[in-house]
Amino acid sequence: MSATPIPVPIGPERGGNVGDVREGGWLIRITIIVIVLLWSIPTLGVLITSFRAEEFVNTSGWWTALAHPFQAAQWTIENYRVAIEGQEFGSAFMNSLAMAIPATVIPITIAAFAAYAFSWMEFRGRFVLFVAVVGLLVVPLQMALIPILKLFTQGMSLGNYIIFPDLDLNQSFLGIWLAHTGFGLPLAVYLLANYIRSLPSSIIESARIDGADHFTIFWRLIIPLSIPALAAFAIFQFMWVWNDLLVAYVILGGAGKNIVLTVALRNLVGSTGENWQILTAAAFISMSLPLVVFFSLQRYFVRGLTAGAVKG
Amino acid sequence: VERTEERSTGPEPPAAGGEPPEEGARTSPARIVSVLAGAAVAVALFLWAFDYLRQPNANRAAVVGVAIVAGAGGVFLLFWMMNRIVDLLSERFRETIRPYVFVGPALVILAVFLVYPVFNTIFISFENSTSTEFVGLDNYKFVFTDVSMLRSIRNTVGWLVLVPLVAVSIGLAFATMADRLRRGEAVAKSLIFLPMAISFAGASITWQLIYSYRSQGFGSNIGLLNGIMLGLGQEPAKWLELQPWNNLFLMVIMVWMQTGFAMVVLSAAIKSIPDEIIEAARIDGASEFQVFWRIMVPTIVPTIVVVTTYMVINAMKVFDIVFVQPASAENNGTVVMAERMLRWFFQLNHNGRGAAVAVVLFLAVIPVMIWNMRRFREQEAIR
Repeated sequence: MSATPIPVPIGPERGGNVGDVREGGWLIRITIIVIVLLWSIPTLGVLITSFRAEEFVNTSGWWTALAHPFQAAQWTIENYRVAIEGQEFGSAFMNSLAMAIPATVIPITIAAFAAYAFSWMEFRGRFVLFVAVVGLLVVPLQMALIPILKLFTQGMSLGNYIIFPDLDLNQSFLGIWLAHTGFGLPLAVYLLANYIRSLPSSIIESARIDGADHFTIFWRLIIPLSIPALAAFAIFQFMWVWNDLLVAYVILGGAGKNIVLTVALRNLVGSTGENWQILTAAAFISMSLPLVVFFSLQRYFVRGLTAGAVKG
Repeated sequence: VERTEERSTGPEPPAAGGEPPEEGARTSPARIVSVLAGAAVAVALFLWAFDYLRQPNANRAAVVGVAIVAGAGGVFLLFWMMNRIVDLLSERFRETIRPYVFVGPALVILAVFLVYPVFNTIFISFENSTSTEFVGLDNYKFVFTDVSMLRSIRNTVGWLVLVPLVAVSIGLAFATMADRLRRGEAVAKSLIFLPMAISFAGASITWQLIYSYRSQGFGSNIGLLNGIMLGLGQEPAKWLELQPWNNLFLMVIMVWMQTGFAMVVLSAAIKSIPDEIIEAARIDGASEFQVFWRIMVPTIVPTIVVVTTYMVINAMKVFDIVFVQPASAENNGTVVMAERMLRWFFQLNHNGRGAAVAVVLFLAVIPVMIWNMRRFREQEAIR
């Protein structure tokens, strides 16, 4: 760290400098407002449409509702009722929870152990294995889906030798947890290793001198210190798993008791055709939880995601 | 719900059984027995839990409870048990083996769910449509001669150049500007980030409200763009059939979804630049523009690399946006490679061709990855 700056008559924080605000301050503000408005238009459209009555949705654009917002006849919450009752949305919501929470926790735990080992344990093949794990980031998950499905339903055999038994994991939660774990692990290991390796080595060394073993250091020291990174990845993985249609459709199936929210949404598109008011209400329900998760954990998001990467 | 309670106390016995702490040096038979018995109990409980999760008539709330306890608790218990078992080994092996216990589960899962599929796909790509016969390079010949395949390659290149470029540029510009706001920075950033929380299925519904087309006379157009066209006295357009611009319109959807990610990460990088550096440059008379290009951008290059890589890979994998559009991607010339792969696999049932597309896609990402790894090594060297 460099020495304390020589006293300069400028406020300590950047942005507190009066010059900044004067120079183009309004220009920056207007640009930001324009971008934010542009970015919000589609979501606003969904929100408005989901509260409009059917006859209005079909005869006028959603933006016209903004022109006369107090015309009470056009607003309704009926769409949400229909969406929730229609396609077993309640049970699909529960299934999404039963799928998404373990599918978030399992890869984080496994990746955290691996990231710790890659960062602070000595073993043969450390760098090669790490590169291999992160390299798997590029495998398109569509490429992996078919072989995995075969593995779940038929096992793996070479000639007459069974290498891997038929685990009968198709249509099971365990199957989809493992699949999402596999797809999420490379990014998780990459992010967490970046973070965990940036923790000061003095802490870990002094804990070792005090006689703590690796498991204790990991559990008592590394995990609490890595909360930002863990939370950041948790947000990421949860949103991805919750919003995923492809894996859920292929593994849990497109119908039956175990369908998740995105599959129910897709079925709704199929069965209600151009019923925009219902579709938008359903879309809003499905995005509600990821939004809650994001906004409640967002203070961790930035810190955790970048700690390793930011350092030049 | 009571059942759930029962489960949550389930994993306790092994924890109590193997407890005598910090006696690492000695391994008494009683200890070995207690650890192994604990492992057996845990396995039995998991088998019961997974069986329960498969029951179609189970109460949904109970399923959620059991799933969370068994799935989330189970993975920790797995590591805990393995660590215990390693403790039983003689001191000589213990610390040699322990790292592999830590990385082992990750490696096993990756081997089964990513490595094995990659090799499997490579094999399939040399076989015919039902994977019964070896056909040599036929599938690859198809990939590089078929008209809509060639088109999809061109389009994919467009996606992975334009989407990261635009999303990262807007993200960087926005992050830089928002950093200088006095108030409202958090709100502005949250609104840009918001689309990240929407699924592709949701996004396609969302953007129908912008692009939708109805011929004139049928009520009015519900798509915003055509609303504007009508307002300007123009004919409404079929935006998503307007070749080749429809590709750009679809890319806009992805830019909309991903800019927030770039912005959030780059903003953190900008904030981590030491204030003294920037103040020093300003005092030396650098203009804001120079501060941005000569100081901020070079400092955060590593972050830009990470974000861009992530986006390139995402753009490569993109299929949902194209796939869920109501109009046929083939007729509209909006085909992309990942979408072709899925179509050949699932809808046209030609395993060989689908796999060949996947392999080409995979090969195309390798240079990006090498570039990234080189940077990683450099960083490792600095450490």
